[in-house]
Parts: sequence; C-alpha cells; structure tokens
Amino acid sequence: MSTPSQIDNHGHAAVDDHHHHADAASHGTFKSYMTGFVLSVVLTAIPFWLVMGHVFESGVVTAVLVMAFALVQIVVHMVYFLHLDTRSEGGWNMMALIFTVVIVLIALTGSLWVMYHLNANMMPMSPEMMKNMP
Amino acid sequence: MLSNVDLMTFLFGKLTWEVIPLHEPILVVTFAVVALGGAAMVGALTYFRVWGYLWNEWFTSIDHKKIGIMYIAFALVMLLRGFADALMMRLQQAIAFNGSEGYLPPHHYDQIFTAHGVIMIFFVAMPFVTGLMNFVVPLQIGARDVSFPFLNNFSFWMTVAGGVVVMLSLFIGEFAKTGWLAYPPLSGIAYSPDVGVDYYIWGLQIAGIGTLLSGINLIATILKMRAPGMSMMKMPIFTWTAFCTNVLIVAAFPVLTAVLAMLALDRYADMHFFTSEAGGNPMMYVNLIWIWGHPEVYILILPAFGVFSEVVATFSAKRLFGYTSMVYATVVITILSYIVWLHHFFTMGSGASVNAFFGITTMIISIPTGAKIFNWLFTMYHGRIRYEVPMLWTIGFMVTFVIGGMTGVLLAVPPADFVLHNSLFLVAHFHNVIIGGVVFGVFAGITFWFPKAFGFQLDPFWGKMSFWFWLVGFYFAFMPLYVLGLMGVTRRMNQFDDNSLQIWFVLAAFGAFLILIGILSFLIQIVVSIRNREALRDITGDPWNGRTLEWSTSSPPPAYNFAFTPVVHDHDSWWFMKKHGYVRPEEGFIPIHMPKNTSTGVILGGLSIVFGFAIVWHIWWMVIGALIAMLGVTIAHTFNYKRDFYIPAADVARVESERTALLSAEI
Amino acid sequence: MSDTALDHTLVRDGKPIFHLTTEHHPESGTLVGFWIYLMSDCLIFAMLFATYAVLGQSYAGGPNPKELFDLPLVAVNTAMLLFSSITYGFAMLQMDKGKKNAVIGWLALTGLFGLAFLGIELYEFSHLIHEGAGPSRSAFLSAFFTLVGTHGLHVTTGIIWMATLMVQVSRHGLIPENRRRLMCLSMFWHFLDVIWIGVFSVVYLMGVL
Repeated sequence: MSTPSQIDNHGHAAVDDHHHHADAASHGTFKSYMTGFVLSVVLTAIPFWLVMGHVFESGVVTAVLVMAFALVQIVVHMVYFLHLDTRSEGGWNMMALIFTVVIVLIALTGSLWVMYHLNANMMPMSPEMMKNMP
Repeated sequence: MLSNVDLMTFLFGKLTWEVIPLHEPILVVTFAVVALGGAAMVGALTYFRVWGYLWNEWFTSIDHKKIGIMYIAFALVMLLRGFADALMMRLQQAIAFNGSEGYLPPHHYDQIFTAHGVIMIFFVAMPFVTGLMNFVVPLQIGARDVSFPFLNNFSFWMTVAGGVVVMLSLFIGEFAKTGWLAYPPLSGIAYSPDVGVDYYIWGLQIAGIGTLLSGINLIATILKMRAPGMSMMKMPIFTWTAFCTNVLIVAAFPVLTAVLAMLALDRYADMHFFTSEAGGNPMMYVNLIWIWGHPEVYILILPAFGVFSEVVATFSAKRLFGYTSMVYATVVITILSYIVWLHHFFTMGSGASVNAFFGITTMIISIPTGAKIFNWLFTMYHGRIRYEVPMLWTIGFMVTFVIGGMTGVLLAVPPADFVLHNSLFLVAHFHNVIIGGVVFGVFAGITFWFPKAFGFQLDPFWGKMSFWFWLVGFYFAFMPLYVLGLMGVTRRMNQFDDNSLQIWFVLAAFGAFLILIGILSFLIQIVVSIRNREALRDITGDPWNGRTLEWSTSSPPPAYNFAFTPVVHDHDSWWFMKKHGYVRPEEGFIPIHMPKNTSTGVILGGLSIVFGFAIVWHIWWMVIGALIAMLGVTIAHTFNYKRDFYIPAADVARVESERTALLSAEI
Repeated sequence: MSDTALDHTLVRDGKPIFHLTTEHHPESGTLVGFWIYLMSDCLIFAMLFATYAVLGQSYAGGPNPKELFDLPLVAVNTAMLLFSSITYGFAMLQMDKGKKNAVIGWLALTGLFGLAFLGIELYEFSHLIHEGAGPSRSAFLSAFFTLVGTHGLHVTTGIIWMATLMVQVSRHGLIPENRRRLMCLSMFWHFLDVIWIGVFSVVYLMGVL
C-alpha cells in the first residue's frame, strides 16, 4: 500500500508539467480572434436584418437563410474561437464533435419524424383547433 | 405574522408524521430488520475500530481498484433489495387466485415493480459494470489510474447518494407507482401528486451525474493513458467494449438528464411539457426517454460481452478469434443502438412507415451480436477448454442470451409486437437478455478478476452452486412467462381472474426461489473463500494463465499498479511477454507520482442526499442551503493545488522485493 | 489518430523491450475530457431544442412568439455575448504572454458582459411573466423558458467559475494548472456562444416569421 511521503516537488497538481503542446495550434492569434469576431458580427447582423426588415416575402426562404447563417457562424466559432481542427488532441476532438453531431441529427430528425406521425394519427382536428387546445 | 401552520410548512415542507408508513406491517418489519442490522454493523465497525481504516483506505480513496470494488459491493447490497422486490412479486402473483387477492394491494404492488426495475437497472447493473470497468481498464492498458482520479471518487459517491435517496422512499413517504420509466401523464403532478415520482426523479438525477462523469473519465483514460505501443487496435477487447460503453454513456445520459428535468419542471413549476392540457405532449416523454433507454441497455451488455471475450480466450488457451471483427461489431452496435428506439413503443400509433423503419433497424442490430457469438465459438473450437467457474457462466450466457435475443427479433416485427407489447412475453424477453447477458457476465467477471483484486480465488464449489441455481432458476422463473405472454397475459398486474394461469405463476415463483439459493450461494462463496483464503491464495498474480496486462501484476496489485510502465508489442500483451522471456525487473526503481486521497467526494455525496431529500419534500430552505454548500465545497476543493505526492523509490523497491521473495518461495 | 509516440526502438539485443525505465508522464486528459463533457452538454441542449421544435407551436390559445419577442433587445443581448467572447479571447492571448494582471482584467470585462447578458435576459423573463406569458401558460412557453433559461444557468455557472479563476490566478499566477483551467473555461464560454447562435436563430428569429 502507498506510504504518503509528502515529497511535493511541484506544488501543483500537474502531470504534464512539461507543456505538452499537442495543442500548440489551439491558441489563437490576435488576428484570428478579430477575424472570427468580425465574421460573427456580420453573420449575426444579416439574419437579424433579414427578419426585422422583412427583406423576403417568403417566410420559408428567410428561415432557410437564417439557419444557413447560423450554421456558418457556428463553424466560424469552432474554427476561430474554439480552435477546432483535425489535429487537436490527436484528432479525437473532431471525432467527438462529428459523433455528437450525428447523434444530435438522429435524435432531432428522428424525434420530429416520430412526433409528427404520432400527432398525425391522433383524432382529426383542424390546425387551428390544435393550436388552441386548452 | 407567520401562523404556526405556515412556519411548520416552511420548516418541514410536505413532511408530516403520517408519511412514515406505520400502517404497513411489511414496511415496519423491514425497517426493524434494517435498523437492527444497521445498528449491529455500525456497532461492530466501532467495536473493531475500523472507521479510520475505512475512511482512509476506502471511502476517500482515489485508487481505481478500490473504487471499482466499492461499486461492486454497493451493487451487491442493492441486488438484495431489488431481488427482495422480485420475490415479493412472484409470491403475490403465485397466490392471488381462487378468491385470494394476495397480500399486496395494487398501490403497494405498483411501487414494488417500479422499485424493482429502477434499482436493478440503475443501482445494480450499472454499478456492477462500472465497477468492473473501473477496476480492470487501467490495469489492462498499463496505466496507474484513470485520467481524473478525484472525479472517479466523486462519481462513486454520487451513485451511492442516488441509491440512498431511492432507499429513503421505503421508510419516509412512498415510491413511484408508474413503472421504472415513469411515463406521464401518470407521472405528472395531476395523477401522481405524492412524493414517489419525486424520489424517482432526484435519485436518478443525482446518480446520473456520477454516471456521466464516470463515462467522460474512462473515455479520456482510454484515449490518453494507454501504455507505449498499445495502439487502439492492440487494446484488450474488454477495454474496447469499455470504451464503446462509455461513449454510449456520454451520448445517452444527457438525454435522460434533460427529460427528467422537464418532468420535474412539469411537477414543480406547473409547466406543460408532458401534460394532457395546455399543449403538452406525453408521447414526447416516451420518445425522449427511449432515445436514452435503448442505448442504456447496450451500456449494460457491452461490458458483459467484453468479459466473455476475455474469459473465452483465457479458458480456451487461445487467442480471441476475429479480434478486428469483434471491434467493428462493437462499434457498429454502438452506432446502431441509436436508431432503434421506437421499437419500445410500436403500438403508440406512429404508423406503418415509421414502424417498418425501426423494425428493420432492430433486426439489423442483432447481426453484429450474432457475429460475436460465432467468434466466441470459433475461439473455443480446437482450444484447450477449462471449465472453471467463469467459463461456466459464459456457456450459460451463450445459450440463454441467444434465446433472449431470438425473442427480441420476434418482438422486432411490429405486427407481432402489437400482440405481445406489455405482455409477460416482453418481461420474459428482457429478463432473458439482462440475466443471461448482464448478470451472468458480471458474475463471470467478478469470479475472473476476484483473485486479482483480493489475492485469493473464490471457492469453486460454491461458485458452481451459484451458477447452477441461477441457470436452472432462471429457466423456471421466466419460461412460464413466455407462455403466459403468448396467451395474452399483461404485465404489471397484481392478480388475474383466470385460475388456470396459476400453475405458471407457481412455476415462476419456484424459479425465483432457486435463484434465491443461487444468490445465497454467491454470498456463502464469499464468506467461505475469505475463511479459506490461504488455501485459495493466488501467489503468482496469474491464477488463470491470463493473456492481458493486469495478470502481470501481483494479486492484489500495488497502489501504483506497475513499477515501470509496460511497453506493448501485440495483442494479449502479457501472453506475449510470457512467450518472449519476460523477466521481472528487481532493481532500478524510480519514485512514482500518485494522487492523494480526498474527502470532497464523500461530502458532496452526503450533501446531495440532503438536497435530494429536501427537494422531494419541498423543504426549500434546505434545498437552497444544500446547493450553496455544494457550490462552496466544490469551489473550496479547487483551491487545493497540492493533490499529489511521490512514492519514494525505496518504498517501491521494498514492495517489489517482497513480491520477488513470494514468487521464489512459490518455486 | 496519433499513437502514443515512442522515442526508442522496441527491441534491444534481440529481445523486446518490456517496460520503460524512466518516469512515464501520460498525456493530460483534461482538455479532451472537458471537450467530451461539452459534447454531452451539447446533447442536453439538443434535447431541449428538439422539445422546443416539437412543442414550440402549442400556444394553448395563449400568446405566440410574434406577440412576445422583442428582437432589438435580443440583438443587444447577442452583442453582449459576442463581445464577451472576444474579450475572453484577448484574455487567452495575454495568458500566452504570461501577463497575469492583463488576464484578470480581460476576465473581469468578460464577466461584466456576461452579467449584462444575464441582466437583460432576466428583465425579458420578468416582463414576459408579468404579461401572463410565464412558463406555465403553454407548452410553447415551457419549452422557451427551459431552453433559454438553461442557457442562462450555464452562463451564470460560467461567471461564478470566472470569478473563482480570477482569484486563483491572482493568488497563484499563471501556473500550468491555472492555464488548463483557463483553457477549459475558454472552451465552455465559447461553446455557450455557439448554443446562443442556435437559440437566437431558431427561437427568436424563426419564431417571429
């Protein structure tokens, strides 16, 4: 069994006190942060303008564009703020993200598909009646 | 001014003297037994002055081996509670005929089957597999511990805390009467206004935190702490299944957390996620809970598959057949487990196309499991098979699990499921695969790794007794349920009108009784083995002629696991070392960096119990106090930077030379 | 994926090397472990989004998004969070340069932006509740308050963490342990902004269409 000798050379709880910078790439530069910031501002302003300014007649077109801009901005955040690339943590960060995205897509589309069908097979009601169920 | 009533409500929430079930004789007797037994145990521990030992060596330990053992000990205790529930149900259903209503009225029976399911899944099966993975994986990958040893300790205590919260419901208040998944609207505040569902929600939320963090811990460990040379495709197969299990945990448990939180909000804050009115949709709960629920059963079975792979290879003295296909099969199962969940509610009206899709995916997922069975059989073929107790459990598994799997594929056909859903056929199916798969796997694993953990083997005779009584008992207990289910008998009923059914329930009760003997044999096995431990001593550290790295250490291993980090060349690293003239180093030892023990986990676990109890009973000041205390303790813990120490080289040398002496005396 | 790199041959004198002879420092699992935690958190939010998607049009005869959402206010809120992201980025840049006080300063600014975000959100919530559009009014509102509120709770936790780290950095400096913690909080904070992108797009913007 261990005898707790209090030799404590390091004064901190590090196991990797020699800086393993396998994440050397995961520190940004001023330029990359500013690029990310400016892109994000633009990618936020445009969807707000599209909606608040009623730029398109069609709600569907606007919705699709809003989602598209959101996706792009998420990628911008991942790259410029979260420094995500295929090398961080030996590629495991990317792998974990892809796996999570797949699960999220399955759970989201699956839930919408299933719930739509379950609701559709309920007693017939007009959409107005459905929305205004007490 | 506050009236007396208001003050009492403020202080005690919904607690009154009436919530103590003095009118239920069964509970009074249970409480008496538990209280006396508990007092005796506390008294004995005090008399023998082992509290200090327990606190310093076990409760505050961050050693993965100790934590693994504690998980399994906890699971064994909870198995007794969960099985007691099973015995009560079997007895009730066996006698409630010919004018007798039995001894368990519905409001009691409903709590029993709910508690049985919740306890068996969350507080028996999960801790069993978590305990095995915790103990074995760092040893198998040549590491000293997991990536986050403190978090490991915390995870254990959160699991225990969740279990304590659920157990409290036995003596203060009541438990849920909804079944183990607590579907709304029944579990909503309108139809279950009592505290039962609240105990359920908070017990699981607390335990769920522990499970999720444990999942993250083991993934990081497997990714980052493998010994040099051990690529992913050279990991032991149990480590692979542990990896996939923990990926499933991390990807599934957040769903459970979210769903239970929403149910809690419905109950506590009058929200309308799953209510029948104001736009709520109860089926969304069912949908979400099974998105969690199906991966959950794979979380239970994959570690068992890993155990069987190790056991079959070791006791056939042969390399596992088809390592690569085993890995791929495990990964495929992991991914496919996310696209089958609707098969749990085929009958809820999603229509033909949805049902067909999920029925087909469910059938597909049986294929990789089938591939595994063939690989195990091919491993055994032309092997030199030794029928030690772990191998007996494995063979019992192969027969039993395949039958259960086949009934699963039968249920996967939606039209068949329309007849059999929520019948006893379903109950038989899932017990078939859980007992045949998970329980047998856990017992195989415990028997297999017990000598490594404690330094002596388990008594083989009582092991065989346990196995045979479990095996025969299982068939007597559940084959009748298949018959009953096909005849149309529904689950979760405390009595039936048709007296011709009684014989089947009597057979099932007999089976439960045999299983009881099996469990008692297991407990006797432990006692007998401790008493005979010198005769059963494992001196070499390799009692089974094992193949993987854990067998290269002493039994039990030293705190640091390996004096020098192993270098890995091939699968079955220890087998490779034995075949290539490995000689244990006897000098040149270096100081070893180790983490210190911590009391934070125990304290946070205790505070979680306070929080859980308080929120169940609406004692708001206690809720807020507990939360603030937990936050304070957590923050204070982070201010402690001095969490590690070095084991001096001299100490390592002493431990290693003691082992050298032991090994040469053996020769 | 990279295997654990070996910097010596596996064989010596024709015999395989079975063990290292020097201290082995396995790579720290903190950053990948925290990332995986974030993925699990992402799943919680995904389930709340799924619930919002399914229940988000069940108004129960009550108010709908068009009547309730104040887009200019949401735009201001979004700006607060975005600014806090860039200020945290600057804190990390100062950490790389070893400038302890600058780090603390940028963290303080980040925290202030975060508090502004929370303040605006709490104002919005109390206003809605005042209008009779509280979370118990309808499934749509339950889903709205829970999704947005969970995000807000995470921001609150982040701010508490930030304050704690400010004290710890001030006391112990930019030691490796604190750097790791700052990097974890960085991931957490930016991740919250990613979730907010989803929230303002799916809940607020698409809500009023």
